[in-house]
Amino acid sequence: MTDQLSQVFAALADPTRRDLVARLCEGDATVGDLAAPYDVSLQAVSKHLKVLETAGLVSRGRDAQRRPVHLEAEVFDLMTKWIERYRRQAEQRYQRLDAVLAAMNETVTPEEGTAS
Amino acid sequence: MSTNATTADGTATIEAVENMPAITISRDFTASAAQLVKAHTDPDVILQWLGPEGAASTMDYWDARTGGSWRYVHTIEGEEYGFHGCFHTVDEDRLVQTFTFEGFPDSVALETMTFEDLGGGRTRLHTQSLFDSYEARDGMLASGMDIGVNEGYAKLDGLLADGAV
Repeated sequence: MTDQLSQVFAALADPTRRDLVARLCEGDATVGDLAAPYDVSLQAVSKHLKVLETAGLVSRGRDAQRRPVHLEAEVFDLMTKWIERYRRQAEQRYQRLDAVLAAMNETVTPEEGTAS
Repeated sequence: MSTNATTADGTATIEAVENMPAITISRDFTASAAQLVKAHTDPDVILQWLGPEGAASTMDYWDARTGGSWRYVHTIEGEEYGFHGCFHTVDEDRLVQTFTFEGFPDSVALETMTFEDLGGGRTRLHTQSLFDSYEARDGMLASGMDIGVNEGYAKLDGLLADGAV
C-alpha cells in the first residue's frame, strides 16, 4: 500500500506524465496518439508510460497491433480516499472550533458574572 | 486531477485543484468573521482547536501581525511535529500566511483565508493552500494516512534524488 502510494506520487511528479494521464481520462489511446503532440520520441513517451504502468496507473491492451493505453481509474479512488480522509480531519478540527466559538458567544452574554 | 469529496459527517468541503498544486476547503460557522479571525490569530484560542486529536500543542512564538511570524509544535506519542511560517497579511476579512511542516523544511505553502458573511450570524470560511509542488500537495493530502506514510515519502525522496523519476 505504502509502496504503491510512493509509486503513484513519483509517477505523477512529472508534468509530462500528468498530461498523459489527463489525456487518457478522455479514453484509451495508442502510444503514437499520445506522442503526437510532444516534441519527443516515441521511446521517451513509452518510458513515461512504463513508469505509469509500474505505478498501476495505466495498463496496456491486448490488441497486438495497437496495444492501447488504458487509465486504471480505481487507482484514482485511492487519491479520493486520501482527500476524503484529509477532509474528515479538517472537519474534526472545525468541530472543535465550533465548540470554541460557541463558548466565545456564551462569555459575551451580559449575565455572565464571573470569568470561567 | 480535480476531486471533490463531501459526505454527511460534516459540512467541510474540499477540493484538490486541477491545474495548480492547491487544496481549497470551505466550511460554514455560526460565528462572525471577527470571531473567526480571532480564532485564527489569538494564540490562546487557536491552541484549543488546531492540533490533531490526541496531540499536546505548544506555541513557540506567535506574532499575528502583518509581517509577524509563528511556530507551534504538536507532540503526539512523544514525537514532536513542528510547524512555522510568517503572517503575510492579517486583516479584518483576510488572513494570508506561509506554512512549513518542519518534516519537509524546504517546502512552503501559502495559505489564504477569507471570510464570507452569510447573514444570520453565519460565516463561510474559505481556505486555499497553495503548495510549491504537486508532490508537496499530494504529500500533505496523504499525511493523514497512519500507515507508514513517512517511510513512503522517504522512499519517494530517494527516488527523486536518484533521478529515477
